Amino acid sequence: MIKAAATVDAEAALRIRPALAADIPSVIALDEEVTGLAKPDYWRDMFERYGARRRKERFFLVAEHQDRLDGFVIGETRAWEFGSPPCGWIFAIQVRPKGRLKGMGTRLFNAICDCFRKTGVVNVRTMLARDNTTILSFFRSQGMVAGPFIELETTLD
Amino acid sequence: MKLQKATSFALFAVLELAADPTHQLAAAEIADKYGISLHHLAKVLRDLARAGIVESARGVGGGYRFAGNPKRLTLMDVMELFEPIDSNRADGDDPRPSTDVGRALRLVLDEIDGHALATFRSITISTMLKIIDQRPWTAAVGDQKPRKRAARS
Repeated sequence: MIKAAATVDAEAALRIRPALAADIPSVIALDEEVTGLAKPDYWRDMFERYGARRRKERFFLVAEHQDRLDGFVIGETRAWEFGSPPCGWIFAIQVRPKGRLKGMGTRLFNAICDCFRKTGVVNVRTMLARDNTTILSFFRSQGMVAGPFIELETTLD
Repeated sequence: MKLQKATSFALFAVLELAADPTHQLAAAEIADKYGISLHHLAKVLRDLARAGIVESARGVGGGYRFAGNPKRLTLMDVMELFEPIDSNRADGDDPRPSTDVGRALRLVLDEIDGHALATFRSITISTMLKIIDQRPWTAAVGDQKPRKRAARS
């Protein structure tokens, strides 16, 4: 019971909200902590494209816990790419390693799905590396399964 | 893709026991439910116990109980206890693996294996229990709603 109460308290203290420009240094730091690579220009550009513009179909949400940014998710409703009817795409999701398996990723996922629903779509899609087992497992745990598309690529000579 | 008998039996047992980790089940109960050989299942359960995935309770009313972490334990973790699961398995069954045609076929089969392995590695026991509860295979039928996991009978 004590553990359950602590989980409820932790969930109550968690706030999901749209990203602000002031969050980007924390997003950059969190991504660097997880991937070991700093990509400041990439994340600033992502904020410009997904946090600042066309906000009716583009979403950049952050998870704040006790005034600290502990996770984020980015996505967009896109139409007719690859012949697909409008669909929500999740491009990135990240949760601080110490905060994992506590429901934060699920809250972020549900929050962006709510955003997608408001745009009228009924499907959500993502793409990730086959060897990224952690995130692959996370999306599977949210009920995602292989979809009707296959990703193909080649190496240019 | 076809799983070996021992692998299927192990997955039946793990998922059956993980559905209620507080409950213990006799091997015979699981064997009856799935219509499988008790003798073979008992051996599989001993292997699962050795791997720490289930634990056995001796004596009257003894049986097996799930002992793993359902959010961490994957299908692959269970499967690889019972059969070799990798795309570089021995080529003994591959006809003409040293020819160009054989190598080209190997390339295609490896691509399929790559997807299969990623799938097995990414699906946890917890996710499997959700799928079982949601029964997505009934969606095509139409009006059946997801069932709640019933108390074990």
